[in-house]
Amino acid sequence: MLYSLISRHSTMALVAESQKSGNMLLFLLWHVVHLIISVLYIVREILRAIESYLITNGYVKTNTNLNLDRVKYLGIVVDSDEARNTSQVIELLEWLSAIGVKKVCLYDREGVLKKSKEVFMEKFGSAKIPNEKLVSGPLLSKKRMDFEFVSLSDGKELVAKAANLLFKKYYVDADSEKPFFTETHLTDALKTLGAVEPDPDLLLIYGPVRCHLGFPAWRLRYSEMVHMGPLKYKKYGLILKAIHRFTKVKQNYGS
Amino acid sequence: MEEERSSGVIGRLLGGVNRTMRRLLFTFMSSGPIPQHIAFIMDGNRRFAKKWKLEEGAGHKAGFLALMSVLKYCYEVGVKYVTVYAFSLDNFNRRPDEVQYVMDIMHEKIEGFLKELDMVNRYGVRVLFIGDLNRLDEPVRVAAEKAMEATAKNTKTYLLVCVAYTSSHEIPRAIYEACQEKSGLALALNQNGKNIDGIVNVNVVIKVVDLEKHMYMGVVPDPDILVRSSGETRLSNFLLWQSTNCLLYSPKALWPEMGFWQVVWGILKYQRSYYYLEKKKKQA
Repeated sequence: MLYSLISRHSTMALVAESQKSGNMLLFLLWHVVHLIISVLYIVREILRAIESYLITNGYVKTNTNLNLDRVKYLGIVVDSDEARNTSQVIELLEWLSAIGVKKVCLYDREGVLKKSKEVFMEKFGSAKIPNEKLVSGPLLSKKRMDFEFVSLSDGKELVAKAANLLFKKYYVDADSEKPFFTETHLTDALKTLGAVEPDPDLLLIYGPVRCHLGFPAWRLRYSEMVHMGPLKYKKYGLILKAIHRFTKVKQNYGS
Repeated sequence: MEEERSSGVIGRLLGGVNRTMRRLLFTFMSSGPIPQHIAFIMDGNRRFAKKWKLEEGAGHKAGFLALMSVLKYCYEVGVKYVTVYAFSLDNFNRRPDEVQYVMDIMHEKIEGFLKELDMVNRYGVRVLFIGDLNRLDEPVRVAAEKAMEATAKNTKTYLLVCVAYTSSHEIPRAIYEACQEKSGLALALNQNGKNIDGIVNVNVVIKVVDLEKHMYMGVVPDPDILVRSSGETRLSNFLLWQSTNCLLYSPKALWPEMGFWQVVWGILKYQRSYYYLEKKKKQA
């Protein structure tokens, strides 16, 4: 962690040097302040580890009785570089399975998780395979989770494909009526292209930064997005905390 | 805001010291990357009014003051584009008297703004109202259009006010506009001799860039930071398409409590994430 801290700061210094910066002293001060902030983040990480330990081992009672019904669909965003570490992802999924999450949407920008689909399906039961009958015996049903694998191409590119579908449907005939497109038109076009899954209620972001990294835009309208930190520092107790917090959130949906 | 307090010499002196300290801090922060575009979801006005036991509309009024402060700090530190979520299409579902109240405030503030045009144009702020403006009351819409026209030539900084906006409306609308454009294009091709029986050339392909060109927000670059006050972690249908590589920041302060330190902390967080986000942008 210290190494990444130092290397990040040297990179930031190189970036900063190319910026407008009149005063050398202020620049050095900026560097020092950011170093202090990084140290504070390390302290925070240690505190979170302690918190997670307490939650996992039952010392904090409030996080144990989770109302999982409220989390109908859990989304996980993983930084693609971290997603290459399949064992870390499997461990995360094992934790989610132990918590009792049944339906998970796995997103990573480059589609790394999509490529490892078979590995996950083998371990946790099957992802939706449209033309096969799903048979799960009682031994398997405990660990079974439904997966959806999403990547950047299922975002903006898919909307462009939907746009072309709508164009073909309404604009082929020059004289046909051309309705003003609404959300319904888009949703129907997307369904035709295979995007049938619901919007995730809660999105856990595993990466260095709180950013959804291109998760399909139209599915994020009311999703709560929680930053969990880098995947390699994931903590079981903090997942419980995030889900617990989510069940307490009251949404007005604009009203 | 210190300028509005009636003050004697001491007051003015303190105000001056305050401004100098702020300028020093912003210069110090400019040692690192400064975001080009920050977007704000102004959440928490009603909770603020409840918290301080004020009458309901007072929260929105306090929120407006907070907006002015935040804008000032953003422009001072060097942010070029600021977008605010003033009114969502979903907000039309609120009680009619509350909706009318917000419309009245907007009208009042835009009219007030139009009276200060000289100052606005001196600062070079261009104001844009983003959203389905036909959903607004007539007087508000007219005032908004006047404000947009009056500041159209300014290029120093931009203020985008999203009213009657949701991404759920923006995206299908962009598709519609793209289709309209392409069909116009396709018909033009037809007239040049490809097909002459009223059938549009279906080999026209709509790409992501075509959609982005027709988005309401297509006039400015994507935001670098998306701030939602009140500690809520959702985007509520705001800039979903544009936030692909955007840092999401949710300070706990309610919107009327937002100010200087939240802007500073948001930018410091952005500076910490800059290298990573730039890498992601280049990979796209």
